[in-house]
Amino acid sequence: MIHSLFLVNATGDIFLEKHWKSAVSRSVCDYFFEAQERATEPENVPPVIPTPHHYLISVFRHRIFFVAVIQSEVPPLFVIEFLHRVVDTFQDYFGVCTEAAIKDNVVVVYELLEEMLDNGFPLATESNILKELIKPPTILRTVVNTITGSTNVGEQLPTGQLSVVPWRRTGVKYTNNEAYFDVVEEIDAIIDKSGSTVTAEIQGVIDACVKLTGMPDLTLSFMNPRLLDDVSFHPCVRFKRWEAERILSFIPPDGNFRLLSYHVSSQNLVAIPVYVKHNITFREGSSQGRFDLTLGPKQTMGKVVESVLVSSRLPRVVLNANLSPSQGTYTFDPVTKLLTWDVGKINPQKLPSLKGSMSLQAGASKPDENPTINIQFKIPQMAVSGLKVNRLDMYGEKYKPFKGIKYMTMAGKFQVRT
Amino acid sequence: LHSQQYFWQITLRMNEDLKEMLESSKESLKLEAMKRVVGLIAKGKNASELFPAVVKNVANKNLELKKLVYVYLVRYAEEQQDLALLSISTFQRALKDPNQLIRASALRVLSSIRVPIIVPIMMLAIKEAASDLSPYVRKTAAHAIQKLYSLDADQKDHLIEVIEKLLKDKSTLVAGSVVMAFEEVCPDRIDLIHRNYRKLCNLLMDVEEWGQVVIISMLTRYARTQFISPWKEVGSSDEKAFYESDEEKRKSAEETKPYAMDPDHRLLLRSTKPLLQSRNTAVVMSVAQLYWHLAPKHEVNIITKSLVRLLRSHREVQYIVLQNIATMSIQRKGMFEPFMKSFYVRSTDATHIKTLKLEILTNLANEANISTVLREFQTYVKSQDKAFAAATIQAIGRCATNISEITDTCLNGLVLLLSNRDETVVAESVVVIRKLLQTQPSEHSDIIKHMAKLFDNITVPMARASILWLIGEYCEHVPKIAPDVLRKMAKTFHNEEDIVKLQTVSLAAKLYLTNSKQTKLLTQYILNLGKYDQNYDIRDRTRFIRQLIVPSERGGALSKYARRILLAPKPAPVLQSAFKDRDRFQLGTLSHTLNSKATGYLELSDWPPMAPDQSVRNVEVAEAVSRSTLAFDSDEGPKNGHSCEAGSRSGSGSGSSEESSSEASESDSESSSDSDSGTEQKKQSEAKPAQKVHVKPFLSCKLWCSVLAPSQVEEKPKKEVSLLDLDDFSPAAVTMTKSSILSPSVLSDLHGLSLAASSPAIQVCVSPVFVPVHTYELLHRMTGKGLAAQYHFSRQPCIYDDRMISVQLTFSNNGDHTLENIHISEKTSAGQNIHCFSPIECLEPEKSVTVSMGVDFNDSTQAASFQLCTKAEGFNVSIQPAVGELLLPVTMSEQDFSKEQGKLQGMNESSATIAMTPESITSQPLHRKVVNMANVGVVPSGQNNVHRFAAKLVSSGALVLVCVVQKDSGAQLTVNTEKTIIGSMLLRELQTVLSQGS
Repeated sequence: MIHSLFLVNATGDIFLEKHWKSAVSRSVCDYFFEAQERATEPENVPPVIPTPHHYLISVFRHRIFFVAVIQSEVPPLFVIEFLHRVVDTFQDYFGVCTEAAIKDNVVVVYELLEEMLDNGFPLATESNILKELIKPPTILRTVVNTITGSTNVGEQLPTGQLSVVPWRRTGVKYTNNEAYFDVVEEIDAIIDKSGSTVTAEIQGVIDACVKLTGMPDLTLSFMNPRLLDDVSFHPCVRFKRWEAERILSFIPPDGNFRLLSYHVSSQNLVAIPVYVKHNITFREGSSQGRFDLTLGPKQTMGKVVESVLVSSRLPRVVLNANLSPSQGTYTFDPVTKLLTWDVGKINPQKLPSLKGSMSLQAGASKPDENPTINIQFKIPQMAVSGLKVNRLDMYGEKYKPFKGIKYMTMAGKFQVRT
Repeated sequence: LHSQQYFWQITLRMNEDLKEMLESSKESLKLEAMKRVVGLIAKGKNASELFPAVVKNVANKNLELKKLVYVYLVRYAEEQQDLALLSISTFQRALKDPNQLIRASALRVLSSIRVPIIVPIMMLAIKEAASDLSPYVRKTAAHAIQKLYSLDADQKDHLIEVIEKLLKDKSTLVAGSVVMAFEEVCPDRIDLIHRNYRKLCNLLMDVEEWGQVVIISMLTRYARTQFISPWKEVGSSDEKAFYESDEEKRKSAEETKPYAMDPDHRLLLRSTKPLLQSRNTAVVMSVAQLYWHLAPKHEVNIITKSLVRLLRSHREVQYIVLQNIATMSIQRKGMFEPFMKSFYVRSTDATHIKTLKLEILTNLANEANISTVLREFQTYVKSQDKAFAAATIQAIGRCATNISEITDTCLNGLVLLLSNRDETVVAESVVVIRKLLQTQPSEHSDIIKHMAKLFDNITVPMARASILWLIGEYCEHVPKIAPDVLRKMAKTFHNEEDIVKLQTVSLAAKLYLTNSKQTKLLTQYILNLGKYDQNYDIRDRTRFIRQLIVPSERGGALSKYARRILLAPKPAPVLQSAFKDRDRFQLGTLSHTLNSKATGYLELSDWPPMAPDQSVRNVEVAEAVSRSTLAFDSDEGPKNGHSCEAGSRSGSGSGSSEESSSEASESDSESSSDSDSGTEQKKQSEAKPAQKVHVKPFLSCKLWCSVLAPSQVEEKPKKEVSLLDLDDFSPAAVTMTKSSILSPSVLSDLHGLSLAASSPAIQVCVSPVFVPVHTYELLHRMTGKGLAAQYHFSRQPCIYDDRMISVQLTFSNNGDHTLENIHISEKTSAGQNIHCFSPIECLEPEKSVTVSMGVDFNDSTQAASFQLCTKAEGFNVSIQPAVGELLLPVTMSEQDFSKEQGKLQGMNESSATIAMTPESITSQPLHRKVVNMANVGVVPSGQNNVHRFAAKLVSSGALVLVCVVQKDSGAQLTVNTEKTIIGSMLLRELQTVLSQGS
C-alpha cells in the first residue's frame, strides 16, 4: 500500500523520508515539485499526482506536505485519511506539528511511523495504543532518560491492541475522576449581498476529556436527539443502542477524544448570530475606493459574541487601505491583499465599525467583484441548534465522577458576499 | 535535544565516531549512536557503511536500541545481504519468545529484510506464526505473507495455503490483514472466500477501520460475481437459479418469480450500513461505493448524507469525495439534489475543489432548480479567480444545452459578459456562445451581429477565431457585416495569431462561395498573404483552399463540391461532463480519481446472468452443539431458546458451526473471564454450581459464537487468545444452536469431546425445502383503481426481524396513469408488528414492482390488516397467513426427533388417521404435499413408511413435529407441538392435503 513517505516543507525541501518497502529514490518528488510550482497556492496542489511508476498522494497541513508514494491501486482516501492520522498523532505527541518539532524528535517520529505501518498497511493508529508502545516525550522524561538510560519504548504489547476496547488502556487511575464534554457547533453560511442567507447549516461535535479510573461505562442522553440528522461516532459508541434509543452509550478512551460529530437537519432554520452592513465601492476612473463595514449581533439569545475576526481578500488593484476601526485593530498586507480586522467582543450598544478609504492602482479599471468577507466568532454558553445534553450516567465503577458540560457556538465557514 | 545535531553534523569523521560508539560497551552510548544513525536515515543520508557495527547490536537487551537496530536493518539489509544473514539466528530465537510482542516484532523484521536467501526460513516462520495463539502474531503473519510474496512470487501456492488457513481465523484483528494479503496475492481465488463470506460480514463491524476498508472493497468484488443484479426491471423473465437443488419442474416455475435478493447479498448490505457512521472517511467512502455498486437502486440514497458529511473534512478528502459525487450525480441527480446547497462554492475553496463543485452543480441542474443555480453562477462569474470564472461560463453553457428552456436566457447573459473587462471571461463566453449558437443559429443573427461589433475589442485569439468561424458559418444570416469583418481582417492579417489566421482564411473562402461579388478581391488578397506566411500550416491551408475555390485549369475535380465541403451543416458540439464515463472504474479507487487504470486495479465484474450456486457459502455443521444435555426450564426455555435462535438465524449460515462443541465451551469458560458480560456469567455459574442458570440469551449467543481456530483446541488457550474471540458479536451473531441455557455442569462437561457425538443438533435451515409459487391476492385491480397487489410467502428468514415472516408483495399498475408514492400508512390490526417496505416512488402503467415486508403474526393465523396507500388513495387490505407459513424448517436427526417427540406428548399431541389413495404411497409425492403446504424441514428417516418433518414457529420458536406413518390403505398423522391450536390447525390442513389424490 503505502510505499514511502516524504515530508516536504514550504520551501520545497525534503526534510524527512521513511520507507516501508524497498527505498524509493527521492527524485520521485520532482513530479511533486513540478505540480507545486504549477499551483500558485500550496492549497491548490492536487492531492493525487500520477508519475510514470508511482502515484503521489499528499496532504498539506501545518505548512508541511506529507507525500506518500504509492505503487499500485489503493483507495486514495485510505492514504489521505492515514496521513491525516499521522499528522494528528504528531500533534498529539509534540504539541505542534512543525518542521522544527519533527526534526527535534526525529527518533520518536521514526519509531511512531514504524509502529503505525507495517509493509505499508496501517498497524496501530489508535493514540492510546501508540502511547503505550512509545511514550510521548516530555521534558522530565528526556532528562530522566539521559541520566538513567531508560527508554521511551514500552516492553509489553499494549493491552488495548488485543482487547475488546482497543481505544482504552487498562489500569487507568486518577485521584480526581472527571468527565468533561464540550458541545461545539459551527455555523457554515453564505450570506448574500442583501443580507439574506444563501445557505446555512450547523455542524457540531462533542469533544470529551474523560479522566476516569478503571473501566467506566458511560451513557449520555440528549433532551432533543431528533435534532441530530447525520452523525458519525468514535468507535467506542455502541451503534445499536443509538439506533434504538438515541442514547450514546460507550466505554470512553482515556483522555481527549472526539465522541461524536453531527449535522443538524437542514429543515431547521439556522439562526445567524451576526449581521454585516457593508459598503465597499470603487469608482470608475478614480484612484480611491470607499470601505465601510459595520458588524452587529442578531439572534444571539442574549449571549455575547466574542473573538470576532473579520478577514477579506481585497481586489488586486487595491494598493493600500487607510481605515479606522471603532474598536480592535486591523492589518492590511499589500502583497497578499489580505485585510484582517480583530474586532473582539461585539457590544450591542456600540456597534464596531471599520471605515476609511482604499487607494487603487492608478489607471486600473474598477474591479468587477467586491471582496467576500469571512467572519469568525465565538458565542460561549450556547449551542445554536438548541441541542441540550439531558444527563450523563456512569456504570461499572463505584466512585462519583465530576461531570461538566460546556456549550459553544462558532463560525465555521462563514462568508458574506458583498 | 541532540537531534538537531543529527541533521547538521554529517561528515565522514562523524561516521567514525558513530562506529566507535556502537562498538563501545556502554549502552547509553550505543543508544545515542543509534539515534544519530536513525537521524541520518531520516535525512536520506547513506549510513550503510555502519552496517557491521550496527548488526552486532541486534541481540541487545535494551528494547529501544533493539527497535532502532531493526529500523536500520530493514532499511539496509537489501544492500548488505551477506552481513544481514548474521542477524537471522537472533530473530529465529525471538520467534519462540514467550512475549507475543517480541515474537511479532521478530517476524515483522525477519519478513521485512528483503534477502532472497532466507525465503525458506520466512516461509517456515510464517506457517508457524499463522497458528500462533496470539492473534497479534497471526496478524503479523498475514502481513508477512505479502512481503514474502513480493520477494519471491514462486511461493504463491504455499502462501495461498496460509491465507486459506488465516481466512478461517475468527479474530477481528486478523481479518483485515489477511484479506489484504488475499487481495495482494490471489485476488482471483474467490473460492477461498465462499465459506468465510458470512463470517466476514458478521465480523466487519468489529474489525479495525483500515481492515474494514480492505474487506469491504474485496466483498464488493465478490458480490458482483456471486449475486444476480438487483437492478433488473421487475417482471423481466431472467432465469433465476435460486433453488437449484429442487427438481427441474419447479425450477421452471421459479423463472417467472420476481427478483428476490439472496439473503447473503442482503447480509452484506445490512452489515456494512452502520459503518456509514464511521469517523474514518475511507470507511464511509468504501461503504458508499459498495452501496453504489451493489444495492438496489432505491436503497442507494442512504449514502448521500454521509458523503455530504465528508465534505466538512480536510481539503484532500473533499477532493476525492467530490470526484465521486460528480460521477454519481451524472447518473442519479435525485440523490444529491436536496443537498445542492452543500456544493455552493466559497471564495476560500481551493481551485480544484471549486471546479469539482461547479461540475456537480451543473450535473444537478434541472428545470426546477436552474434559476437558483444560475443565480449562484452569476456570483461565480464575477469571481477574482479568473480561471474559475471561465469554468463557470462553460458550466453555464452546459446547463443551457441541457435545459432548452433557458438557452435564450443563458445566451443573453453570456452576451452581456462579452463586455466584461477580463479577457479570459470574454474569450470563454465567445467560445461558449459559439457552441450554443450552433444549435439554433437562425434565431440569433442579432447576437452574431453583436459579436461582430465587439470583434475589434476582443484580443484573445481563441475568441477572435470563434467569432470569425461564426460569421463564416452563418454569413448568410449577416450578409452585410461579414464582408466588412473580412476587410478588417485583411488589414490586420499579419499581426494575428495562427489560429485566427486559419479562421480568416476559412472565412474568406466561405464568403467567396456565397458572396463572391463583394469579396473576390479580398479573398485573393488574403490567400496571397497566407501563401507567404511563416507558418507552414497556414501556407498549406491557403494552398488547399485556393485549389478548392479557384481551381486551376488542370485540377478542379473537387471544386464542384467546394460549397458542399465548406458549408456543410455541422453538428452542434455536445457539451458534456468530464465525469461522463468515469463510472467504468469502481468508485473510490485510485483509478477513478485519475480516470485511467492504475497498476493493480482489479476490474469490477458485471453481474452474472445466473446466480452461481449459493450453497457454496453454507458452512456445514460438523458436530453441532448439544441441546438435550442442556437443561431447559420448562416455562422460559422455549422463550429464551427462541431469542437466541433469533439472533443466530439472522446470521444465517455463519462460520461458527464448524467448531466442535468442546472448542466452543472451552472458549466459553476461558474467555468469559475477560469480557464484562462473560465475567458475570462465570461468576454466576461458579456461585451456584448445582443450579440451572439462565444466561441472558444474547450473552450466551455471544459465548457460543466465540470460537477458536481448530489448531488451538488441544492447548489451553491463553488469556489473550480468548479475549478477542469474545468480541462483541452483535446480537445478530452466528451460531445456530438451539440452546441458550447452559447449566454450569454442561459448561464443564463440554470440555470432553465425548459429549459432542451424542448431542443432537437442531438447526434452522437457511433455505426452505420448497417454495410454493402460489400467490394470494391482496388488492384486486378493480378495487385498487388500477393498482393490483399480490402477496406471496417467500419462506425466507425475514431480514428485518427474526420473529417476522417475510412476505413479498408484487404491485402492478393496470391503470393508465402513473401511481406515485405507494406505501403502507396505517397498521390497523393490533398486536402485529409489521415492517413496511420502503415507499415506491412511482409506478408507471403496465409496470410492476416487487417489495418485501415482514409481518410478525404472533403464531396465529389472524390476518394482518393495514392500509395500502398511493398518493391519491388508500385501500384497506389484509394478509392472511396459512398455518403452514408460520413455520421455519429445522433439520434434526431421527433420534432427536423421537426425543423431542417424547417430550411433547399428551395435550401437545394431536393425531388423525387418513385414507390415502394407493398411488400416493411412495414417499416422494407425500413429501412434496407436506412441504408444499407447510414450511417444514424433512427429517431423514430410516423406515420407508414413516415420514418425519420438523419445523419451528417463527415468532415463538416452539418446535412443531409432524410424523406420517403409512399403512396399507391409509396413514396415521401425528402433530406434536406445545402450541396446541397451531397443532390442530396444521393437522386439519395436512389431512385435507394428504387425502386428496396426487
